[in-house]
Amino acid sequence: MNPTNILLIPLLPLLSFVLLGLFGKSFFKTKAGLVGCSLMLVSFIIAVVTASSYFFSTGLQNGQYQQLKPFIMPWLKFANGLVIEMGLLIDPLSMIMIFVVTFISLMVHIFSLSYMKGEERFHVYYAFLGLFTFSMLGLVLSSNIFQIYIFWELVGVSSFLLIGFFYQKSSALAAAKKAFIVTRFADLGFLIGILLLSAQAGTLDFLELISKLSTPGDTLTSALATTFMGFSALSWGLALVFMGAAGKSAMFPLHIWLPDAMEGPTPVSALIHAATMVVAGVFLVARLYPVYAFSGAGFVHFIDDIGAFTALFAAIIACTQTDIKRVLAYSTISQIGFMMFALGQVPPETNGAANLGYTASIFHLFTHAIFKALLFLGAGAVIHYVHSNEMKDMGGLRKKMPVTHAMFLLACLAIAGIPPFAGFFSKEEILLAAWENNPTIFWMALVTSGLTAFYMFRLYFSIFWNKEPEGHHHHEKEGDIFLLAPLVILGIGTVVAGFVPFSQLVSADRKPFETELHLQFSIAPVVVGLTGILLASWMYRKHSAVPENLARNMGGFYKAAKNKFYIDELWLGFTKGVLFNLIAKPAAWFDRNIVDGMVKATGSGMEWISYRIRGVQSGKVQQYGLFFLFGIIIIVSVYLFKNVPWR
Amino acid sequence: MNLILIILIPLLTGLAILGLNEKHARTAALAGALVQLVLALVLYAAFTQERSIGNVFPILFEQQYQWFPSLGFSFHIGVDGISIAMILLTAFVVIAGVLVSWNMEKMKKEFFFFLTLLGFGAYGFFISLDLMVMFFFLEIAVIPKYLFISIWGSGNKDYSANKLALMLMGGSALILIALLGMYFSMPPELRTFDMPKLAEMNIPFSLQRWVFPLIFTGFGIFTAMFPFHTWVPDGHSSAPTAGSMFLAGISMKLGGYGCLRAATYLFPEGAHEYSSIIIILASIAIIYGAFATMMQKDLKYINAYSSISHCGFVLLGIGMLTKTAITGAVFQMVSHGLMTALFFAIIGMVYERTHTRMVADMGGLLKVMPFIITTLYIAGFASLGLPGLSGFVAEMTVFVGSWENQTFFHRAATVIACASIVVTAVYILRAVGQVSMGPLKYSSDQKDDGRWNEKWAAVILIAGILLMGLAPFWLNDLVSPGVEVITNKLAGK
Amino acid sequence: MMEPGLYHLLVIGALLFFTGIYGFFTRRNMISMLMSIELMLNSVNINFIAFNKYLWPDTLGGTFFTVFVIAIAAAEAAVALAIIINLYRSHQSINVEVAEEMKY
Repeated sequence: MNPTNILLIPLLPLLSFVLLGLFGKSFFKTKAGLVGCSLMLVSFIIAVVTASSYFFSTGLQNGQYQQLKPFIMPWLKFANGLVIEMGLLIDPLSMIMIFVVTFISLMVHIFSLSYMKGEERFHVYYAFLGLFTFSMLGLVLSSNIFQIYIFWELVGVSSFLLIGFFYQKSSALAAAKKAFIVTRFADLGFLIGILLLSAQAGTLDFLELISKLSTPGDTLTSALATTFMGFSALSWGLALVFMGAAGKSAMFPLHIWLPDAMEGPTPVSALIHAATMVVAGVFLVARLYPVYAFSGAGFVHFIDDIGAFTALFAAIIACTQTDIKRVLAYSTISQIGFMMFALGQVPPETNGAANLGYTASIFHLFTHAIFKALLFLGAGAVIHYVHSNEMKDMGGLRKKMPVTHAMFLLACLAIAGIPPFAGFFSKEEILLAAWENNPTIFWMALVTSGLTAFYMFRLYFSIFWNKEPEGHHHHEKEGDIFLLAPLVILGIGTVVAGFVPFSQLVSADRKPFETELHLQFSIAPVVVGLTGILLASWMYRKHSAVPENLARNMGGFYKAAKNKFYIDELWLGFTKGVLFNLIAKPAAWFDRNIVDGMVKATGSGMEWISYRIRGVQSGKVQQYGLFFLFGIIIIVSVYLFKNVPWR
Repeated sequence: MNLILIILIPLLTGLAILGLNEKHARTAALAGALVQLVLALVLYAAFTQERSIGNVFPILFEQQYQWFPSLGFSFHIGVDGISIAMILLTAFVVIAGVLVSWNMEKMKKEFFFFLTLLGFGAYGFFISLDLMVMFFFLEIAVIPKYLFISIWGSGNKDYSANKLALMLMGGSALILIALLGMYFSMPPELRTFDMPKLAEMNIPFSLQRWVFPLIFTGFGIFTAMFPFHTWVPDGHSSAPTAGSMFLAGISMKLGGYGCLRAATYLFPEGAHEYSSIIIILASIAIIYGAFATMMQKDLKYINAYSSISHCGFVLLGIGMLTKTAITGAVFQMVSHGLMTALFFAIIGMVYERTHTRMVADMGGLLKVMPFIITTLYIAGFASLGLPGLSGFVAEMTVFVGSWENQTFFHRAATVIACASIVVTAVYILRAVGQVSMGPLKYSSDQKDDGRWNEKWAAVILIAGILLMGLAPFWLNDLVSPGVEVITNKLAGK
Repeated sequence: MMEPGLYHLLVIGALLFFTGIYGFFTRRNMISMLMSIELMLNSVNINFIAFNKYLWPDTLGGTFFTVFVIAIAAAEAAVALAIIINLYRSHQSINVEVAEEMKY
């Protein structure tokens, strides 16, 4: 494990950002994309080498994967002993993540060569991609909870910059702002959570923090004892950190930014808003998993409920959306919900031993990154072809875009959980974990996966089958090699990723364990998935009136779902009504009128008094002389009579 | 290193400007500012050199000359890490200010003279170790501001100039009253204005408890303490660009530095007595300033109100009385000085091109002025506390330091202060987004980007912001021994 | 015929002084006011001379001071007349109340 090599993984994308940001316009021009891609390729290769050497040779010792910190640099030492360090934490989780991040990022870099060709700010785009990749890699390699917060903010801002990339569109501005502010609001919780947890544990280092807060001892006892509003300090800290995670990972009710974030260029959506940044919340909870699961704070079931509810909720909305990227966005929210509730499946008696839920969650993160990136890039190719995001402008594209069609189909089958594609294996494990721990969640998840299959194939059939929209006749080529190669590579990934023996690599206690496939258990989810597909095929393969009739019959529920259950409006009402009208406006008024009014009153009071007494200053020299005279007389008489008896 | 140089260079520059003709005034000012920047860096190097060879005496390069022996004040100067941080900040801001006003048309000579004079006042303030000398330099840094606004200002400038000068003079008056009161209520043989001597004395609590609030409030007015902050929006918005930069970048720091050095350090028991009031006022300023900013429509007002909010962090850090929090307060002074100067510089550049400062009248300017708007983004991100830029380091240090205090009261104040990061994000993104993005609202779609002087001004300030944001450890190493002296005194050691 | 003593001279001085004060406070004509001031100065001169002659006859301090005052009075009269002439040029009047531009 050479720390310099590992450092290069995040630093190469940073180099790409700096080079392209400073010299992109004057020096690299249209070569900017190639610079970004080649640096990213090197970074990817190093990441693969590092991860494989960790997993297959150096990592496993005495039947457990090591947690290593090959590089640590103190960044800011606080006087009270807390230190923000910049370091690398090497463990199975971070190794899987660097693979996912560099891989998807490389695919997106290559795809964008074609997709973004001819953009005026082509070099800026690649610079931002570099910045994002650097921040995301920094995030997953963080060894310090404050370091993760630093990179957490940086991915947020790169997301802001990339969503607003088409800066002349007002909607891009609105979406970028919304994404940043909603996640910032969540990060507020994260920050206070960090302050709380670090104050309890007396350290910011992840490993120390985790060991202090999850093993019984003085720290844990005091953390559990101190209460505020009926919850222990530890519960508060964990809840607040989870708030940050929920914001980044678009959990209900903080999910509202993600669908709007689709204003950004589609490859960006694939990278940031599907595969990597949005799973940062899952990553964070997984990072602090021992604390969440075993601290006795009992917070983990809350994560459970939020995750399962979000999964179902987003799946319902996804069925009604017509913008293909929004469908994919809601599908992402739903899938992250799966990962989140999988993390919550902690069997009470295992106490840190082999835990299926944790492994399944990270496994799903891994497979989802691949097939969701594929879906987004496929959607990008389609959008590139028809120049529209709306389903109604598409249809019958399977003959015109054969490669895209095939790859999209693979990804849809994967997300629907059809064997032998990647999604089947990971979802299977999640459902199994839920079945063993919490049957209610299991049934919710089963319904959700049926819905998933339905809405994904609704999307698929509407794009590639159905009838061609009138007035649209496209005869261009499907796309060049840069556009199609990433699709094919990801397609292959979608097929093989499921066969990775994931439980051998990642588990809660870092000890490899065996999972077996329960064939009879798999029947139910697969049948549910197939039903969803058949239903979608019946409704959308050919143009028919069925969907409209169904929508009409569903009435209010359909309308509510189509309008995303009015959550956006609720938030908007809150910000406009409460923050702006009830707080900010009165504050500004108070400042101008009351506080400044006092200042002005002092001024005008002075003016009033001086206006009253200005007559004394008459400008008449004789009057002054008279005052002078009387003054003299008074002073002299005081002097003369100072020995008067009454004194 | 002879500290007299630090104040001599601006003085000589000022005289040179007066002696030269109109055309060369700006060159002289730039040369003076450059020399001063080099000098500040040399001072920093010399200071770290002294430290590295093991000189642990808290104040270095001391010099003392008799000035008014009968009144007990002497020209006593010296620096510690905090002063050096402030001197570096001043050097950065002054040079950027000169560059930004390079194309000033009206009364050039006087303009650059006053700019240099302001710098002279600030440098003198930061190196003085005698309260009266400090007060003397403080006044020097106030008077030119009045002229700045009333001659070169815009908008409602007479009103603003009067308000600013009167409120700041009011603050000075409080300080002077407190200083004289302190002086004369001590036994004659102990009377002194010398800070190191005062720090060694045990000033009785009965004296501290009324001197401290007067001095703190006096300096607090300079640093926009609620409810004495209303000069900030008016003054900043009417001042010329370099004036706003100086006002927000340095002048408000004079207050913070004074609160720390003259009030908290010398009167520790008073500081303990009033710390909760300071915390309350600072929290109000932070959150209330942030909310008031949300409703502003003029870019300069936005930055001025956000300065109130940001300077609240300085006072909060000082009020928390822990070492980390006070270090954070010093960080915040440096950070806010740099980023707000940058912000005002950019506003000036944008205004010069669009002839409006109203956010609603601008849009999509990224297309026509990419460099300026990119810089605006950097300033905005620094303001909302993006990691990698200076604001983050400062705010986080204040938060961590505040959280050290275990009581519910302190933690509630910290949470309120933390909440401002969200509000800050809202108003910064609203303003910056509206200006830079969306459909283009500009007279032409030809590029009209920054000129060489504007670019250099921005680059210098951004360099400072990045340096502090990426490598906070060097500033930490510089500042924390100085803060430790203060906290030791606070702890009664 | 009574020999005039210190007492008489002081009375004359006081009478002159108060005449001057009265004139100074009541007249609006600047020349009259100037003359009143001269009266006051001269009453002071009388006092100086009187004290010198009757109390310290062998010193010359009082006389010197008198000469000094006369010189100052001459200079003062010159300056005052210059002001008055200028005032007359600009206001066509030497009434003190006419010049009120800088009042308040």
